[in-house]
Amino acid sequence: MLEIAGLGHRYDDGHQAVEGVELHVARGELVSIVGPSGCGKSTLLRCVAGLQRPSEGRIAVGGRPVDGVPDDLAVVFQDYTRSLFPWLTVRDNVALPLRRRDLARAERRQRALDALAQVGLDGTAGKYPWQLSGGMQQRVAIARALAYRPALLLMDEPFGSVDAQTREDLEDLLLSVRGGADRGGGPGEKGGGGAPGSGGAPGSGTAGTAGMTILLVTHDIDESVYVGDRVVVLTGAPGRVHSELRVELPAPRDQIVTRGLPEFVKLRAEVGRAVRRP
Amino acid sequence: MKRAALFLLARSWLLVLLLLAWELAARRAGDLYFPPPTRIVAAMRELWWSGPASRLWLNDRALDDFVPSLSHLLVGWALAGVVGIVVGVAIGLSRVAFLVLDPVLQFGRAVPPPTLIPFFMVAFGLGTSMQLAAIVFGVVWPVLLNTADGVRSVEPVQLDSARVFGLGGLARLRYVVLPAAAPKIFAGLRVALGFALILMVIAELMGSGEGIGSRLNAAEREFRPDRLWAGIMLLGAVGCVLNGLFLLVERKVLAWHRGARRSST
Repeated sequence: MLEIAGLGHRYDDGHQAVEGVELHVARGELVSIVGPSGCGKSTLLRCVAGLQRPSEGRIAVGGRPVDGVPDDLAVVFQDYTRSLFPWLTVRDNVALPLRRRDLARAERRQRALDALAQVGLDGTAGKYPWQLSGGMQQRVAIARALAYRPALLLMDEPFGSVDAQTREDLEDLLLSVRGGADRGGGPGEKGGGGAPGSGGAPGSGTAGTAGMTILLVTHDIDESVYVGDRVVVLTGAPGRVHSELRVELPAPRDQIVTRGLPEFVKLRAEVGRAVRRP
Repeated sequence: MKRAALFLLARSWLLVLLLLAWELAARRAGDLYFPPPTRIVAAMRELWWSGPASRLWLNDRALDDFVPSLSHLLVGWALAGVVGIVVGVAIGLSRVAFLVLDPVLQFGRAVPPPTLIPFFMVAFGLGTSMQLAAIVFGVVWPVLLNTADGVRSVEPVQLDSARVFGLGGLARLRYVVLPAAAPKIFAGLRVALGFALILMVIAELMGSGEGIGSRLNAAEREFRPDRLWAGIMLLGAVGCVLNGLFLLVERKVLAWHRGARRSST
């Protein structure tokens, strides 16, 4: 789904943000990217999103080289207060990107309402984003991405600005919208293949979002292990791939149970060591 | 209901007091140049409000005076608004356009608009074109510069979001850039509305032969200070009403902005 080869980016001021990054992400995989602050995580994401042209290397999404923003790509930014449009209602925020999808107005609205229901925000459609709490605003941003039904979803520290409880809720929301409840723990090579919803995740309306490939940038080591099929650790500036760890935790993942598993504790220690000692 | 009455009282007592003081002082002084407010109101009625009730008591003279003045003001302001927003968006979006045009605009803005009126008189003759030119040139600047500033300061994350979700140039302009810049655009339009009234009067005073300003000229020639004051008061009232109407529209269109600002503090 995503191929990154020899990616490097140097800013105009001479700052080398990332260097020689190699990464392959299979369709349906959820890859967490962690690294010390300033390791170029965001630069990497912006390059994949086509918002920034890398100074070297190649990126291909779905087999096509990235030149401008790829069609089937959505982003959830960290700063929900700035990425949502305060002049549009919640429903219109979610529906606006669908203008591109060749849908009638009524269909766009319906899909927006469905996506809002999927993230547990029924009844907020007519409100404005600034009338909602931070966690709810980030849910709107997630609903906007889901309604768009991208093949590749990029998340740039999406849960970095909400409180701990909300953060856990949003992590579980992420797992549920991709049918994460019945996946994970797959064997090494095939782990990324992830046939969507093999058993039909109960209560997680995954229509159109199962099988989505997700790249999640975070600075939270626990989070990277908890939601990921694979964790990629970047080194400090300039960012390079330090190591990759496959996460083979049983599904369904649960905030209390999963985080208490010896396997989880071992993985987070490994990731932690990798982040701290580059 | 009671609160509304109290609010009205709090807002108006000083005005009423000042009018009363003015009335008393002017009567006591008995100076022809400073007629009391009641005389001024009488002059206003005699000049413009002696018509039939079906026309809101406006007489023919009122229509002759108000229609050209107000239509020039509003048309000139609207034209300046359109030009200012279009050019402002272009400058706000394009760094090159900004670098090239900024010195020109800074100079243009610095020229006191009334000084151009004699030129416009020569170029366009007396009449509507001259008036409109004076108003447009005088009021386009605040709209243009505010729009450019507003467009330049759209949140980068909002623009990134729009790009990521595939909004092309025009959709981005309509759904993201213009709404984001709207608070500044409206601020510019409001300043421009005030300027438009000033330039309208100046153009009429300098001799366009019609409108409220030329009625002021006539009052001066006829040595009728009460009518002069009537014109001054009328223009003040027009300015207040226009500003009030504008605020009503702004409050409706920018309701999201007020809400978002309240919730972020």
